Amino acid sequence: MRTSVIPLISFCLWAALSAPAVAMRDYIDVVGSSTVYAFSTVVAERFGKTSGFRTPKIESTGSGGGLKLFCQGVGMKFPDVANSSRRIKSSEVELCRSNGVQDIMEILIGFDGIVLAQSKSGAEIRLTRRELFLALAKEVPNPDGSENTIDNPYQTWRDINSNLPNIKIEVLGPPPTSGTRDAFSDLVLDYGCHTFAWLAEITEQAREARVKQNFQLAGDLRRKQRRLCRMLREDGAYIDAGENDNLVVQKLNANPDVLGLLGFSFLDQNSDRIRGTKIDGFEPTFSSIASGKYPISRPLYIYIKKAHIGMIPGIEAFISEFISERAAGENGYLSRKGMIPLSRAEREDIAQRVQTLRGKVHQ
Amino acid sequence: MSKAKSKVSIANNLNTIDLVQRNLAKRKRAEWRFRAYGVGAILFGLACLLILFSDIISKGHGAFMQTQIYMEVTLDSQRLNIDDPTSDQQIRQANYDSVLAQALIAQYETGSTLSENTADSFKPLSALDKRQLLNLISTGAVYTIGQRLSDNPQLLNQTVGFWLIADDDVDNYVKNIEHGGKGFSSRLNKQQQEWVNNWMANEQVRQVFNSTFFTSGDSREPEQAGIHSALVGSLYMLLVTIGLTFPIGIAAAVYLEEYAAKNRVTDFIEVNINNLAAVPSIIFGLLGLAIFIGFFDMPRSVPLMGGLVLTLMTLPTIIISSRAAIKAVPPSIRDAAYGLGASKMQVVLHHVVPLAMPGMLTGAIIGFALALGETAPLLMIGMVAFIVDVPNGLMDPSSALPVQIFLWADSPERAFVERSSAAIMVLLAFLITMNGLAVWLRHRLGRSYQ
Repeated sequence: MRTSVIPLISFCLWAALSAPAVAMRDYIDVVGSSTVYAFSTVVAERFGKTSGFRTPKIESTGSGGGLKLFCQGVGMKFPDVANSSRRIKSSEVELCRSNGVQDIMEILIGFDGIVLAQSKSGAEIRLTRRELFLALAKEVPNPDGSENTIDNPYQTWRDINSNLPNIKIEVLGPPPTSGTRDAFSDLVLDYGCHTFAWLAEITEQAREARVKQNFQLAGDLRRKQRRLCRMLREDGAYIDAGENDNLVVQKLNANPDVLGLLGFSFLDQNSDRIRGTKIDGFEPTFSSIASGKYPISRPLYIYIKKAHIGMIPGIEAFISEFISERAAGENGYLSRKGMIPLSRAEREDIAQRVQTLRGKVHQ
Repeated sequence: MSKAKSKVSIANNLNTIDLVQRNLAKRKRAEWRFRAYGVGAILFGLACLLILFSDIISKGHGAFMQTQIYMEVTLDSQRLNIDDPTSDQQIRQANYDSVLAQALIAQYETGSTLSENTADSFKPLSALDKRQLLNLISTGAVYTIGQRLSDNPQLLNQTVGFWLIADDDVDNYVKNIEHGGKGFSSRLNKQQQEWVNNWMANEQVRQVFNSTFFTSGDSREPEQAGIHSALVGSLYMLLVTIGLTFPIGIAAAVYLEEYAAKNRVTDFIEVNINNLAAVPSIIFGLLGLAIFIGFFDMPRSVPLMGGLVLTLMTLPTIIISSRAAIKAVPPSIRDAAYGLGASKMQVVLHHVVPLAMPGMLTGAIIGFALALGETAPLLMIGMVAFIVDVPNGLMDPSSALPVQIFLWADSPERAFVERSSAAIMVLLAFLITMNGLAVWLRHRLGRSYQ
């Protein structure tokens, strides 16, 4: 008994003592958005196999969580690259700065389409963003035309537009923490909301108030606008289906009358079972998203800590692989994974800036 | 006993028997119902288990087989960009994509395999066709070619036959056809399906055991993805957990049972240990994040961190089960040892702990099995990450088997569905083995005191 205890205790001591001595990190540490994760992992894998550097470690923490980690400081124990499915916020830049992270390089790598999908066996629904706003907003403009809002009264799609099928409004989608849902609020609800003149007027008034330095009023108007234009209804028409898009695909399959909010890559992989709903007349296809005709897509960014270039081996090579034609180009391997590439001119511009390591540093 | 008294008792007895008779059928029915509830509960549990297992196995069994395509590739040194066949560097960095592309395209531009409809086959392929043809073979295939060439440099400038890994879309398509389906076709267009059908007719397609699944790390290409690095990460974490929990847990249990005075302090400690055993596991992840990463500045995503967090999580369970095992050692054993003049330490080390060992081990193994299947606390300490390389030690970034399942289940590629189910099967196999070990140990080491 005693003989077996001694090595165990010494093992524990060794484990406890060796821990704080953080050795030189020889791999790139990437954190951030789960959407960009799906693409940067592909790049990391190729990079690891072909460049001679170690394969970068990529954590899927969500955009906000990733940027928070990224902005903790400069040094071996902080991440080198942050993936984000939205642009860095000024509050995050501030956090970075207060922790000594001064120079951040921002690279736009491509776009991710967001689709409303439905089972192929269901009746096809074509929608506009205005209709989607009416279907899913918590409060909608009074149908009698007066300039006030009422709790969303619409139960079926036909209630909104008599051309639409007589099916109960049910949309499955991600929870509030998800970037996909943020983008949906921004690009669909907010847009649909602004098709009502008097609601668009509020935004205009807020802008004017800001110009006139009346920040109190501007803030109030902005909050009012957000409440009216971006709140999703909570009476069961929008169903929180969790972060897992595969689960949404399965549920769409089981019930042909519901719509599901998904990333484009999931539609691409399951196109034998589900179809993308036409929005504002455009079907979500690779080319319609790339050309910008299909209205719901969001930018994907990576942020690089310039102070770490040269400190951690391979960061520059990793970035060049990321923006290379064979990765992010029109026929690159990222497009096979469902990422929508930038236009040729944009790609050339970014390649140029990366070459000189200028990058667009936020503000 | 007088006669009168016995008469009364007989009358009473008759009454009781009447009473019993009257209620007997009802009581028997109640008894039967009571048993039926139990049987029902067990059947319900078994049915759930059966549904779970059949779902996982029906989805996951496919992942153990892999589709390969036979291709004759000419290892042309010019195309490969090799001038010096002895240079390892050149062989490693050679342009294998180009020779593979050449081999694939040559098949169709010369019409060698399309003998039945030769009219089509002489048409040169468009750039789009070429790309679609290349997409049928896994991007990992070039590593197979490179490996063979670096093992046998004399093959340079020869035509060699290779069984190359098919792309996951082709894999899905072929598996679907072999299971009597029409072919899962959403990701392959008509032309691509025709090419694959042709290869199948030519017996250029085979299904082999998917060894990649067990020998390689994570990959975003399903056909190249494996559980090796996750499994090694899990084992490292388990090693740390076992190494820390077992000695600490037993020492705590022995002290609390054998030495600690019964007072408010021990009561307080006991209540806390019992409470900690019921705390949701993600809380331990947050604790680990705050203490180990925040305060002690340890790196994220390493098995040592994971092991420490899982130690925190399993310790209460192990202390409780160890205490129960020590309590179950009969006092007569202790008294006998004291009677022969043993010291307290001798009683504990020579008698109590060895006798309690089977119970302690059982509790510990079940605790470790729980730790092996845990994901939530690992989320907080950065182990939900894409890690390709197999970790070389406790300080190398790694993921864990349940985390791997979580990540695959979230991936868009359809082929990951069967891979996550297959990984669940592997995890279940480990859990069943560990629980089996616990049962075996109890039978093997257990003693009765009769």
